[in-house]
Amino acid sequence: MAPLPSSKIPEGPIQGKWQKAKFDMKLINPANKRKHTVIVVGTGLAGAAAAASLGELGYNVLNFCIQDSPRRAHSIAAQGGINAAKNYPNDGDSVWRLFYDTVKGGDYRSREANVYRLAELSVNIIDQCVAQGVPFAREYNGELANRSFGGAQVSRTFYARGQTGQQLLLGAYSALMRQVDTGKVKLFPRREMMDLVLVDGKARGIICRNLVTGQLEKYAADAVVLATGGYGRVFFLSTNAFNSNCTAAWRAHKRGAYFANPCFTQIHPTCIPVAGDHQSKLTLMSESLRNDGRVWAPKNAADCAKRTDQLSEDQRDYFLERRYPSFGNLVPRDVASRNAKNICDEGRGVGTTKRAVYLDFRDAIKRDGENTIREKYGNLFDMYQKITGENPYQVPMRMYPAVHYTMGGLWVDYNLESTIPGLFVAGEANFSDHGANRLGASALMQGLADGYFVIPSTIGDYLARSHPEKISESKSEFAEAESQVRGQIKDLLNIGHKGKKTVLEFYRELGLQMWNEVGMSRTDAGLKKTLQRIPEMREEFYKSVLIPGTGEELNKNLELAMRVGDFFDLGELMARDALNRTESCGGHFREESQTPDGEALRKDQEFSYVAAWEYQGKQSEPTLHKEELKFENVHLTQRSYK
Amino acid sequence: MSEGQLNLNLRVWRQKDAKSPGQIESYAIKGVSTEMSFLEMLDVLNEQLLKEGKSPVEFDSDCREGICGTCSLSINGCAHGPERGTTACQLHMRHFKDGETIFIEPWRASAFPVVKDLVVDRSAFDRIIAAGGYVSTKSGPHADANAILIPKPQADAAFDSAACIGCGACVAACPNASASLFVSAKIQHLALLPQGQTERKRRALRMIEQMDLEGFGNCSNLGECEAACPKEISLENIATMKREYVKAAVHPSGR
Repeated sequence: MAPLPSSKIPEGPIQGKWQKAKFDMKLINPANKRKHTVIVVGTGLAGAAAAASLGELGYNVLNFCIQDSPRRAHSIAAQGGINAAKNYPNDGDSVWRLFYDTVKGGDYRSREANVYRLAELSVNIIDQCVAQGVPFAREYNGELANRSFGGAQVSRTFYARGQTGQQLLLGAYSALMRQVDTGKVKLFPRREMMDLVLVDGKARGIICRNLVTGQLEKYAADAVVLATGGYGRVFFLSTNAFNSNCTAAWRAHKRGAYFANPCFTQIHPTCIPVAGDHQSKLTLMSESLRNDGRVWAPKNAADCAKRTDQLSEDQRDYFLERRYPSFGNLVPRDVASRNAKNICDEGRGVGTTKRAVYLDFRDAIKRDGENTIREKYGNLFDMYQKITGENPYQVPMRMYPAVHYTMGGLWVDYNLESTIPGLFVAGEANFSDHGANRLGASALMQGLADGYFVIPSTIGDYLARSHPEKISESKSEFAEAESQVRGQIKDLLNIGHKGKKTVLEFYRELGLQMWNEVGMSRTDAGLKKTLQRIPEMREEFYKSVLIPGTGEELNKNLELAMRVGDFFDLGELMARDALNRTESCGGHFREESQTPDGEALRKDQEFSYVAAWEYQGKQSEPTLHKEELKFENVHLTQRSYK
Repeated sequence: MSEGQLNLNLRVWRQKDAKSPGQIESYAIKGVSTEMSFLEMLDVLNEQLLKEGKSPVEFDSDCREGICGTCSLSINGCAHGPERGTTACQLHMRHFKDGETIFIEPWRASAFPVVKDLVVDRSAFDRIIAAGGYVSTKSGPHADANAILIPKPQADAAFDSAACIGCGACVAACPNASASLFVSAKIQHLALLPQGQTERKRRALRMIEQMDLEGFGNCSNLGECEAACPKEISLENIATMKREYVKAAVHPSGR
């Protein structure tokens, strides 16, 4: 059992840590940079930004993605905005306040030093994106516009209508394609990472499956960056893209990268409710809607089936405004989600499934006019109407929480290096900055901070210190890893050709189990049941899953089967982590640990740590390592949004 | 909305791989909920085919909320189907009638070769963007974001062009398989912004050259692209692109 390596947090006051870290880093001279090759897996905000920035510095970059184009990575779907401590509105914001809000918002389960760096870099990100030509929203005087966003009392969120993720990703994609044009970055679309290759204990390459031909491909490099996103699709229904998966991260985990805080998942409060059994994914409605929309449910369960225009003001319960007068509809995501769930559990849910609450723009439209509301949220209202067939300018939206983001991920130190030397992890795929709950508009900030600014510095330091010897794909480690993957695929197809139950059927079952027992609220009994149930499901899966076709062609059922296989393993680890953490914090709500009025009750004495799990093989339980969290700058308090 | 059920006759393009010839196959599908998206209907079809021991229909999709641009279905001859400003993934079955016959085909363009069934290769679009569809700037310190003031109408117009999702519906809809709407949206996005000025001419020349190299057809102002575009990118972009090209070609280095 290997102990957890140092988190490498630089000494000294928090304001100077990143500067000090950068100064202490060893540099590589420009002529030597071109001798190094770095693999970047993923082309979302973190991956594209890292690949582009490393290419600009002169490294040779091999960049992989599962999509047909790097521009389609799931960062594209982020709607609301990106935080930055610019303080343009002069409303009291600062790097320190963004840092403070993020640590508090994460319910004191993140690393102070990382979060401070994130807040510090937020300012540079906006400058960077504007320089690229990202068309942020502007005021009539030509300056950038800001809005306040879930959980923040200052207006620090920059946005591009409801398509901020799209515009930021296209900015990073354009920087990436510029490097493709210069020849510094080589793109490998429609490739799925199947394994990480270690040579002498260091990450030196990957095995990929070409998703068009099915061929396995080997790539060697001096360092590997995983920017492969989160694992929200373990719940099957989530706001994540259909192909988002945990396979790259999970396979790195099996090779020795510790997985941190897997149970920290974010449930987003405002998503379009499930409509039926056919549902393949859920659609998020940006939480910026809560700036103007008011969340409510009928006071009496008997009124839930009534038309909303028949319900008078005193028949409506604006439950967030009632319970949290100072934050109202803008309480953080975990709080808003749990409240919506409680209302539905009380029988006051609305819509055909009774699992929804209203998000109502009637008062905002009366106050500001339909045009102003259209200008702010037009694309979201259109999206809602397309999916539900209802016009939200006339009737309130129906909303229910859905899985949206995963704060947990591969453990990394301050330099974003995992427990495997030379394996770096960026963006949602790492665990580092959001603690137990991510604040709105912070994911884009973290992805870009990691990709544009952190990884390009820390990779250089790693290469300068480790002097990786030249290797090629002909090393035996590559052949061994490839043959293992080949064997897995062959075994799976052998089962699959005799199988009876489709991958989607298994996937939906796993998702439902996860949603019911490892979702918005968790109990000792439910988690133990899940730890028993998942191995049963997995056993059945590897006996009777139906997979058509061969491994030597485009075969989406085979791709999905491999991803679902990994989701079984990850789901089990999530349940184990949730069972271990008998406190409630952020998005992790253990029913056994709540305040008298039903808020999350942390146990700082016992659980002020990062849970980093070490894989011990198929037959054994993983080992838990603890990284103690020290709070020297932010005072631990019970979060209150009352 | 009340839920209904549909029985449909699907006529789907099947093609083993890029080299094999393809053909239309017929499938009957029953009890499709009107609340389903078009892609969810195809999911149901595939589950049915799998249980019958047949090979499922391969099609691309990812975000399933209309922003990633992955889905690429021609439905009854229309790119992304009959609803204006809607991607196939956001098209819902309530727009179809019980008993209807629906033709489902891949994008048709020689620059978008079919990979398998309904999956096509759109990497030509990436190569066009690589040929200058960017502002040449580096990661690192830059002037404060508010040092560049951009009038709101101009920023909004740039956004309208930048909203392109690169799905290729414009190409699929165009009788000439022209990529003009896609290319012009990027050219106009950056031509409208101060950041895009330095490389404005070079960008127009290079991107258009690459577009031609990829084998896309010419624009003959039919406007099918605008009608099919799920993000309703305006035909005006193409007019801008043509002006940009003429200015750049006549005076490559002058104003």
